[in-house]
Amino acid sequence: MQAKENDQNLKRYTIITAMDNEAGVLSQLAHLFSRKGYNIETIAAGWTVDQNVTRFTIEIYSDEERIKLLCSQLRKLVPIHYVEILDPSKSIRRELMMVRVKAEDRAARNEVIQICNIFRGSVVDITPDSITVSVTGDDQKTGAFEELLKEFGIIDLARTGIVAIERGEM
Amino acid sequence: MNIISRKLNGSEILIQCLLEQGVDTIFGYPGGAILNVYDKLYDHPEIRHILTAHEQGASHAADGYARSTGKVGVCFATSGPGSTNLATGVATAYMDSSPVVFITCNVNTDLIGRDSFQEVDITGVTLPITKCSYIVSNVKNLADTVREAFAVARSGRPGPVLIDIQKNATADECEYSPVTPEEFFTGKNTRMERLRSTHHPAIGCPEIDMKALDDLAAMIERSEKPLMICGGGVVRSGASEEFRTLAERIDSPIAITVMGGGAVHGRHPLVTGMIGMHGSQASNMACDACDLLIAVGCRFSDRVTLNPAGFAKNAKRVHIDIDPSEIDKNIKTDLHIIGDAKDVLTRLLAKIKEGRTNDGWKNYVFSFRRETEYDDPEDGTLTPKEILSAAAEILPQDTIVTTDVGQHQMWAIQHFKFDYPGQLITSGGFGTMGFGLGAAIGAQAGNPEKTVLHVTGDGSFRMNCNELATEEFYKMPIITLLFNNSTLGMVRQWQHLIYKERYSQTTLDRGPDFAKLAEAYGVHGVVVRDVATLRKALTDAVASRSDGLGWVIDCRINIDEMVRPMVGGNSFITNFMLY
Repeated sequence: MQAKENDQNLKRYTIITAMDNEAGVLSQLAHLFSRKGYNIETIAAGWTVDQNVTRFTIEIYSDEERIKLLCSQLRKLVPIHYVEILDPSKSIRRELMMVRVKAEDRAARNEVIQICNIFRGSVVDITPDSITVSVTGDDQKTGAFEELLKEFGIIDLARTGIVAIERGEM
Repeated sequence: MNIISRKLNGSEILIQCLLEQGVDTIFGYPGGAILNVYDKLYDHPEIRHILTAHEQGASHAADGYARSTGKVGVCFATSGPGSTNLATGVATAYMDSSPVVFITCNVNTDLIGRDSFQEVDITGVTLPITKCSYIVSNVKNLADTVREAFAVARSGRPGPVLIDIQKNATADECEYSPVTPEEFFTGKNTRMERLRSTHHPAIGCPEIDMKALDDLAAMIERSEKPLMICGGGVVRSGASEEFRTLAERIDSPIAITVMGGGAVHGRHPLVTGMIGMHGSQASNMACDACDLLIAVGCRFSDRVTLNPAGFAKNAKRVHIDIDPSEIDKNIKTDLHIIGDAKDVLTRLLAKIKEGRTNDGWKNYVFSFRRETEYDDPEDGTLTPKEILSAAAEILPQDTIVTTDVGQHQMWAIQHFKFDYPGQLITSGGFGTMGFGLGAAIGAQAGNPEKTVLHVTGDGSFRMNCNELATEEFYKMPIITLLFNNSTLGMVRQWQHLIYKERYSQTTLDRGPDFAKLAEAYGVHGVVVRDVATLRKALTDAVASRSDGLGWVIDCRINIDEMVRPMVGGNSFITNFMLY
C-alpha cells in the first residue's frame, strides 16, 4: 500500500514496538511491512532503559482492518516484546528536524533566527552564507517550520522520524 | 541434576544439543562449510544420517518425517547452494505448519560479507518462510540457540526454523553442560522466560477466552444447520478425538480441508468429504446453506473459500485457531477462540449436552454427493478411481500416503479414506511439485514398519525422481504410484476449461521410460494399463516388502481425465464448473 494521504479509507497510524537489540531485527521488522505491502512513512529506533531492548516508533498509512492483522503478524516475530497502536489523543509524538538554509545577509539571518525563536527551535550552526537550525515537534509543526524556511532556500534537511510515547494516566 | 560441564567444540555441542532433543534421524547433505559437523557425526552412530540425492529431497524428507511422526524433523545442509536448495522445502514446511529445524553452516565469520565461495545470506532468504531464522557466529551462543530453535519449531503453531552457523563456531570450543528441553523451556533469565511469560505466539497462546466458549455453546444450542470444518490444526494439535466427539454430539456434518485429511476417519457417516475448489458437492452445498460454521485449525485459504464474500454467507462463522494472526485474515468471523484445538474443544465439550439430532439438515446435505462418480471409459483405460480403489484394497489400511501436487493429489485425497492424523502427507499450502518422494523417504524413515505409498504424476515425479537413489540405498520399499497422463494434468485442465484448449507447454510427450528408470536406480519398475496388471503389481509390491526394494508403478491414464467437481477460482463455492 503506497502512502495515499488523500485516500479516504487510509489513516495514519503510530505503532510502537520493542524488540531484542540484536543484529537483524530491523530487517525482520522492515521486511514484514514490505511483505504486506506497506510503505513505512517514518521509523525511529533507539534502546530503552534496558540496552538489550530496542524500541521502534513506526508510522504508516493503513485501514483499521489491515492494521490489526499487521500487528498480529508482527507479534509472531520471536524478537518482538510487544506491539501497540497508539491512540493519538493519549500520546505525544515528536520529531527532531534540522535544516540548513541560505542566509547570505544580515536581514535573512535575522529573519531565520526570529522564525526559529517562534518555533522554539535553536540555531545549531552559522556561517557567512547559511544557518543551520533545529526544531522539535510533531509533523505539523516541523512541516510548518519547513514551509516558512523554503523562501530562504533550503540547502539540506533531515528528520529523525516520529518518536511517540503514551501520556501518563491522570 | 547438575552435571559438570565439559569443554567441547561447536560441532560436538551441536550434536549433544540434538541428542538433548531426542533426535535420532537427520536428513542432509555435506559440503565445505559444514565439514566440522559431519566429522563429529562420524563419531555418533546413534544418530542415523540419511544422505539424499539433493538438498531439496532432504528438506522434504525432514518435513515428511515430522508430519508422520509428530516429532521435530532435522535437516543439514552446507552454505551457499546447499542452503538455497533447501528454500522450497522450508517454504513447504512453513505453509503447512510442519516443525522442522534446518541447520546450515556458513563461511567463517571473517569471510562473511566478502562474497566468499559458497557464501549466501540464507537467514535473509528464509526470513519470510520460517518462524525464526538464527545466525550463530560465536560458539557460546550455539547451545541455547539450538534449544530455542527446537522449542519454537514445536510450540504454538508449529513451523520450520533455520539456524545458520558460521564455520568457526563449529570449530571453536566452549563449556557445555546438558539441559533437558523441559529445563530449557522453564528456565529463568533466558529469552524463553520472556516468550513464556508474555504468552508469545511463537511458543504458545494466551488463556482460552471462557466467555467466547460460552458464546459458542449458546450458538451451537441455537443452530439447526451446523457445519464443522476440519483443518490441519486438528492434525497438528492431536485433537481428532475431541473434534469427532463434538461433531457427533451436535450431529454436525464435517467438511475436511486438504490439510485436515486423516484427522477424522474418511468413512465417518458425518463426513461430507473435501471442501473447496475440488470439494464434494455435499461439502460445498452444506457450507453455503449452514447456519453455523465452526472452522477448527484452518486458515480459510483461497482454495477452500474461493470468493470470500460469499463464503458461508448464511452462517454465523466461528474460527478456532492457535494463531491470532489467522483470525479475520481471509474470512471475517462472528466469533473466534484463540487456542490449541485440543484444549479449546475439550473445554467446549464440557459445555455441550449430548443427544442432539439434525436429521432434516443432514438429509439435505447428504442428498448431494460426497464423492465424485466417474464414468468408466469405453476403451477400458484405467481411471484414477480404479487405481486408488485397488491401492486402498490391496495395501494395508494404515499405509502412509504422500503425494506430489496436481490432479493425482486431488484424486488421492478425494478417494482415499484416511484413518488417522499423519496418514496423509501432502503439500497443501505451498503446492510443491516434487515434494512426494522426499516426504515418502522421511515418512518411511520415521515409520519403518508401515507401508508408504507415494502418489505422484509424471510432471511432479520427473522433478525429484533422483531420490529413487536414496530409496534404494536405504532399502526403503516405498511404492510409487505414478499417474502418467503425459501432461501437466491440472494445468491442462485449466487450459481446457478456461484457456480454450490452448495447451501451452503442458504436454509431456517425452521420456523417460519410468519403469526402466526405476530399474536403473535398482528398484522395481512396471507399466500398467489395466486393472488386472495393476492389482498384480500392488500385490507383488506388498509381498516383496521385506526385500526392501521400492516399486514404481507407471499407471497410464487418459490425458483428458479431469478432477471433478471443480469450482472456478474466486467464484462462489456452489458455482460448479464441473460436477
